[in-house]
Amino acid sequence: MTLTHFLFGRLTLAAFQHDFIVYSGVFSMFGGIITVLAVITYFKRWKWLWTEWLTTTDHKKIGVMYIIVSFVMLLRGLVDVALIRAQQATSVGSSQGILTPDHFQQIFSAHGTLMIFFVAMGLMFGLINLVVPLQIGARDVAFPFLNNVSFWLFFAGVVLINISLPIGDFSGAGWLAYPPLSELQFSPGVGIDYWIWCLQIAGIGSLISGINFLVTILKMRAKGMSLMKMPMFTWSVLCSMILVVFAFPILTVTLSLLALDRTLGMHFFTSSFGGNAMMYVNLIWAWGHPEVYILMLPAFGIFSEVVATFSKKRLFGYASMVWALAAITLLSFLVWLHHFFTMGAGADVNAFFGIMTMVIAVPTGVKVFNWLFTMYKGRITFATPMLWFLGFVVLFTIGGVAGVMMGLPAVDFQLHNSLFLVAHFHTMIIGGAVFGYFAGITYWFPKITGFKLNERWGVYAFWCWLIGFVVAFVPLYILGIMGATRRLDHYDPSQGWQGLFIVAGVGAAIIMVGVGFQILQIVVSIFQRKQNLDLTGDPWDGRTLEWSTASPPPFYNYAVLPEVSERDPFWVQKQSGKTPEKPVYKDIHMPKNSPFGMFIALFAVMFGFAIVWHILWLAIVGILGIMICVALRLSSDDTDYYVSAAEVAKIETARKVVA
Amino acid sequence: MTHETESQEVQKFGFWAYLMTDCVLFASLFATYAVLHNNTFGGPSGHDLFSMPYVLGETFILLVSSYTSGLAMLAVHKQAKNQALAWLGTTFVLGATFLIMELHEFSSLIHDGHSFRTNGFLSSYFTLVGTHGLHITFGLIWMAVLMVQVFKKGLPPKTTSRLTLLNMFWHFLDVIWIFIFTLVYLMAAR
Repeated sequence: MTLTHFLFGRLTLAAFQHDFIVYSGVFSMFGGIITVLAVITYFKRWKWLWTEWLTTTDHKKIGVMYIIVSFVMLLRGLVDVALIRAQQATSVGSSQGILTPDHFQQIFSAHGTLMIFFVAMGLMFGLINLVVPLQIGARDVAFPFLNNVSFWLFFAGVVLINISLPIGDFSGAGWLAYPPLSELQFSPGVGIDYWIWCLQIAGIGSLISGINFLVTILKMRAKGMSLMKMPMFTWSVLCSMILVVFAFPILTVTLSLLALDRTLGMHFFTSSFGGNAMMYVNLIWAWGHPEVYILMLPAFGIFSEVVATFSKKRLFGYASMVWALAAITLLSFLVWLHHFFTMGAGADVNAFFGIMTMVIAVPTGVKVFNWLFTMYKGRITFATPMLWFLGFVVLFTIGGVAGVMMGLPAVDFQLHNSLFLVAHFHTMIIGGAVFGYFAGITYWFPKITGFKLNERWGVYAFWCWLIGFVVAFVPLYILGIMGATRRLDHYDPSQGWQGLFIVAGVGAAIIMVGVGFQILQIVVSIFQRKQNLDLTGDPWDGRTLEWSTASPPPFYNYAVLPEVSERDPFWVQKQSGKTPEKPVYKDIHMPKNSPFGMFIALFAVMFGFAIVWHILWLAIVGILGIMICVALRLSSDDTDYYVSAAEVAKIETARKVVA
Repeated sequence: MTHETESQEVQKFGFWAYLMTDCVLFASLFATYAVLHNNTFGGPSGHDLFSMPYVLGETFILLVSSYTSGLAMLAVHKQAKNQALAWLGTTFVLGATFLIMELHEFSSLIHDGHSFRTNGFLSSYFTLVGTHGLHITFGLIWMAVLMVQVFKKGLPPKTTSRLTLLNMFWHFLDVIWIFIFTLVYLMAAR
């Protein structure tokens, strides 16, 4: 072994050589990073950034960081969309389009991976962080330091997937990297390894978050808030976190086994030596289907809050909503095989999973009807969150019906791996989950920042998203029925598909205009914040506890921990017209900031990078670094402190003077 | 309930939740082993490779280490620092012996040409048993760190609650090993 091989593994100068499109991506990425660093330096904000944000254990700030990172990744994922749409609209007959087949594969793989793991998951965990502790009347999560670690592991995954752009290449095996294609024999490069390790690291972060919020919700609710008095968003998060806790270990194992095959030459999923590729597909979907509901359930919860607030009515059918959530949680583990009916598990097995797929649509339908009944005879305000909800009802029903169609094994044999499927799951994830997150961000934005988002640009953004979505994906449903498969980099003009592909491209462009409006909305709102200030802490006439504290809440959330005796406690209190008695402040126990989350993530990136490029010494440094950080943190007794009652009184009085 | 005991309760509950995720992790590995254990690609099966008396010895050592870690916890609750250290030390030695025996078993298998690269069966065997071994390794490191803490600071509440979690972890690994012993070794011995 030569010295260079020891130092750099299989990393050579060739890894830095790319074509024009990748170089422009790399340059814009570095341009963005350098601009941000320069701005921070110019305004001398480094110390502030370090103490107030990067090392924070405050769930509200961690939530904000999740959402910012996810939004940046959304932009990157949209660049991939532009390339995919351009390729499919132009690559017909003698024209080869703008991308090579190899590059095209990497782009749709990166698009799927980014959008699910680093956009949808990030937005979801961001919102959960922002809202759940406030909603249950707690001062923070159960394990504030681990919460910080989770965020940084998520960020480490983001870093790793972005490093794959300038150094080496990314996976070309789709967002779930089925073997044997993803095995060393057929994908000898580093792409699959990047995919494995960015997901592995981010996935462990998600798992820790899952445990954290499970314990937070079960153990830290306000006095008197029994399970059946919890706000519906908290219920949905509880169910989603139960799914995280049961599903994510399966992902950890699956990715590890694929990594062992690729790195140590084992034979779990290889096509020879007794490997079994079907095992991978079963394992990945035993995680993957619950994952869909992990993303979906919190969006359901957000809509439950939004519909009740903007209809000025109690949520219709609270108990049936809870049972529907619980039923979905259980059933989501019993439908995974519907992702591969065509693999030949036999008619009986297919029939069982087909029926389960029909059954899971029932509780989902219950929820949709409950929301509609909540609106019935309500005094509805059509604010932006409510618009997102109405758009959701339409799209989610279309996508759901498409899903039930594919739940029939006989129909699925025709539609499997077609663009119909692509259109179906985009309808569910964008029209379902992402619309929910946008509604949630608009709804809780004033709580976190102290001012509302601009309504006008929000409405424009909504209509662009809705119309753009229909224009982009209805052609894909039709193309799918016409026989167009997914991941298509080239087709023959005699198919007659080009027109529909061009329409789909126009739709994607309209969505991008919508995203532009969203950015504009945030910028305009920040500049005009004086006009939209929320001084009461309750801008929407809300129902749940989070609206009873100030906007933005003090770092300890509640000066006096609230007590609850029924559902929608804040609404009930407002209706009764009683003003709360003069508070008696006590000392407040709070967690201290810690830099160890960042350090652990730094070593995790080193470790992942080292395994990808086979650099043994760096892998050892990474693993040892993580272990030393954990040991140091575990041995430290200086992790928390008390805010004195006098200090709390001072902060509270100062706040009231401002208000 | 004071704040200290309350946060210890939350910690313990959180650790239980973590152990359940670890349970799912092992369940996935067991499932993989169940699917692949006949895929020997023409090579010898577990029946031909495993030495039962040796594995039985390993098992007894690990079970005894669980007992001694229980004794260590009794000493911790009595605030008997030296006794606690002695039982923790015993547990550490037994755990390390188990680990060395396992590594010896692995290396002799590899030496005889039955490595984890040979076939699907051996890949899943090495990974399942090795993941347990990896957990034992982390348990031993954790134990060593806590022994240093006990030696330096005695048994204040924070250290005691850390020791409680370690003890839960150690018993959990024992339970997993019982499953490995049954499903991997005993079922191959038939």
